[in-house]
Amino acid sequence: MKSASAEVHRVEDLAQDAPITGAEIVVRCLQAEGVKHVFGYPGGAVLYIYDEIFKQDSFQHILVRHEQAAVHAADAYSRSSLLVGVALVTSGPGVTNAVTGIATAYMDSIPLVILTGQVPTHAIGQDAFQECDTVGITRPCVKHNFLVKDVRELAPTICKAFYIARSGRPGPVLVDIPKDVSIARCAFEYPRNLSLRSYNPVVKGHMGQIKKAVQLLLAAERPMIYTGGGVILANASDLLNRLVDRLNAPCTNTLMGLGGMRASNRKFVGMPGMHGTYEANMAMQHCDVLLAVGARFDDRVIGNPKHFAQNPRKIIHVDIDPSSISKRVKVDVPIVGDVKEVLTELLTQIEAIQASPSPAIVDWWRQIEQWRSRDCLKYEQTDRVIKPQYVIQKLWEITRGDAFVTSDVGQHQMWAAQYYPFEKPRRWINSGGLGTMGVGLPYAMGVQMANPGSQVAVVTGEASIQMCIQELSTCTQYRLTPKIVNLNNRYLGMVRQWQQIDYGSRYSESYMDALPDFVKLAESYGHAGMRIDRPADVEPALREAFGPLKDRLVFMDFITDQTENVWPMVKSGKGLTEMLLGSEDL
Amino acid sequence: MRHIVSVLLENEPGALSRVVGLFSARGYNIETLTVAPTEDPSLSRMTIVTGGSDDVIEQITKHLNRLIEVVKVVDLTEGEFTERELMLIKVRAIGRERDEMKRMADIFRGRIIDVTERTYTIELTGNTSKIDAFIRAIDRASILETVRTGSSGIGRGERVLRV
Repeated sequence: MKSASAEVHRVEDLAQDAPITGAEIVVRCLQAEGVKHVFGYPGGAVLYIYDEIFKQDSFQHILVRHEQAAVHAADAYSRSSLLVGVALVTSGPGVTNAVTGIATAYMDSIPLVILTGQVPTHAIGQDAFQECDTVGITRPCVKHNFLVKDVRELAPTICKAFYIARSGRPGPVLVDIPKDVSIARCAFEYPRNLSLRSYNPVVKGHMGQIKKAVQLLLAAERPMIYTGGGVILANASDLLNRLVDRLNAPCTNTLMGLGGMRASNRKFVGMPGMHGTYEANMAMQHCDVLLAVGARFDDRVIGNPKHFAQNPRKIIHVDIDPSSISKRVKVDVPIVGDVKEVLTELLTQIEAIQASPSPAIVDWWRQIEQWRSRDCLKYEQTDRVIKPQYVIQKLWEITRGDAFVTSDVGQHQMWAAQYYPFEKPRRWINSGGLGTMGVGLPYAMGVQMANPGSQVAVVTGEASIQMCIQELSTCTQYRLTPKIVNLNNRYLGMVRQWQQIDYGSRYSESYMDALPDFVKLAESYGHAGMRIDRPADVEPALREAFGPLKDRLVFMDFITDQTENVWPMVKSGKGLTEMLLGSEDL
Repeated sequence: MRHIVSVLLENEPGALSRVVGLFSARGYNIETLTVAPTEDPSLSRMTIVTGGSDDVIEQITKHLNRLIEVVKVVDLTEGEFTERELMLIKVRAIGRERDEMKRMADIFRGRIIDVTERTYTIELTGNTSKIDAFIRAIDRASILETVRTGSSGIGRGERVLRV
């Protein structure tokens, strides 16, 4: 698909006497940013850049099999480390393939820099081969984007891109580089001390507001702490753990925030929302002071906002992005600032006051324990058919809860979130906002490049995995060894579940027929494959995969209960406490 | 409620489409939008007339501020302000209508800026309701063409929006 045959125009040199080309400048900029890995796919418009990549060895380029996977891998590279992910793709179809990856990262506020090739400046707008309006197509799904028309702007623009991507509320930033700019020459200078008059993210929270928050929290009789991806992105989970312990308050982490609070801590009440735990949702609804940190009251988290607002409570909302505050839920104490800075200040003030939390908290905990005793995640594993939840629990046991777990999107994602409790941040890697099927395998590639030697599991389903299955080839090439846990129920499970509950069990197009033999498929790429259809074989298979086969990619095809549903469930549009706890509630 | 939002933004290609894209993507409406460079050619000043509840307007200003190229945003309707819109209107001016149109233009402090045997082109400035009133005041059948700039607004007194 990516061909250089369109290269009919002779590219011009803008400044022949200047030292280096735009392509070299790109490489030097990446070096200046300390980039070690770039995920990409070459094509006509980026050939000068690839030529420079060939000549350098300061970073490794990982050749994916589809541009979407390049962006997903760079995205997970960032999610699982403290680094900005970098992807490089060509013009036209290279860009449009990358869009899903970019939109996925944007919805979850992941810092990425995406470099894209563009047709030469004189050909822009001429419907040239492999031309598309990259800046226009990506505008709604990037934090910012640039088209570089002059090579002298190239280094400053790439510098700005990295700065914008990682500061404030992070996000993907795209730099579109026409082919003639990549061969034009100018002197290289990487800017230091960048400042933009139109972009100054707030860092410190407002002291007056923080004081109010402290007073509310210390006086609370039924406090609740609800945190999201912002705590992970701000690297503030240690502070969160300290705050929760200090306030003796229950804490819930959203799908994006899992690992923010140590799950083994008794104060952690599980995930809230549509498939959250009974105790988390009840506590969200019935608390008197809710501290929301780096979370955005998403429709999948609080359900119907009118129902949520029925119970009076004071809400303190800490977020770096003012537009997240009072968007879906009216907030009493908004605090705009970097989550880490604000939590540090909150803790400092609380510790300085030396007041104890309200004695009424004892009753609150009694109530929460009563909710918890409903044991909403219980399920029964018989010796006949494999329950998907059982596979996740065994995965947790065998990896001692310390693996990086990526997932795709659907039932398996929810089961992974429910049955694999995380002790550390940046271990749980999934597409929360956009809900992109197909991310699991490329995410595992990015995680493993950023964390060599660590255990990586991909929790997926037979539908999701096929959306980026071509990356098994990339894994072969770079000896990447994720362990694929395929929960194969021959259904688009989450679609089937909704059809069962809301569409009169009319299973419209949600059945997966004509599945490949995943074992042979994995083997054809040089990987190990296993098919597991008996409960008794689940644990041995996992032990083998993470033991003797740890240095290989292992595709474990678990044939699971076809009609298992994710419980609890709050149906779309319902109130947070209107939970279905199992099929008996249908 | 009607709000007038003033935006100071970098005068760069694509900046306008980011603003317009934001409104369409988030379902906000734009009644009018005017934009031109300021005395500092690196900056553009935009006036957006929009409507919505206070919550919606709050989100609009927050999202505008979130755009990287936006330097400052102010909701003029939060304080005292003046607004002006320019309309050029071409009307039929034959026989009895000729005097009538001239009179109406004078009453509304408009100016006739182009004349033919059969038409007048009238320039009229004022706030939106004055321009609407003029259109209502003349015979609809005599209107050949109208073009309106949309409102430009500025704070009253010492209220200043600048970098």
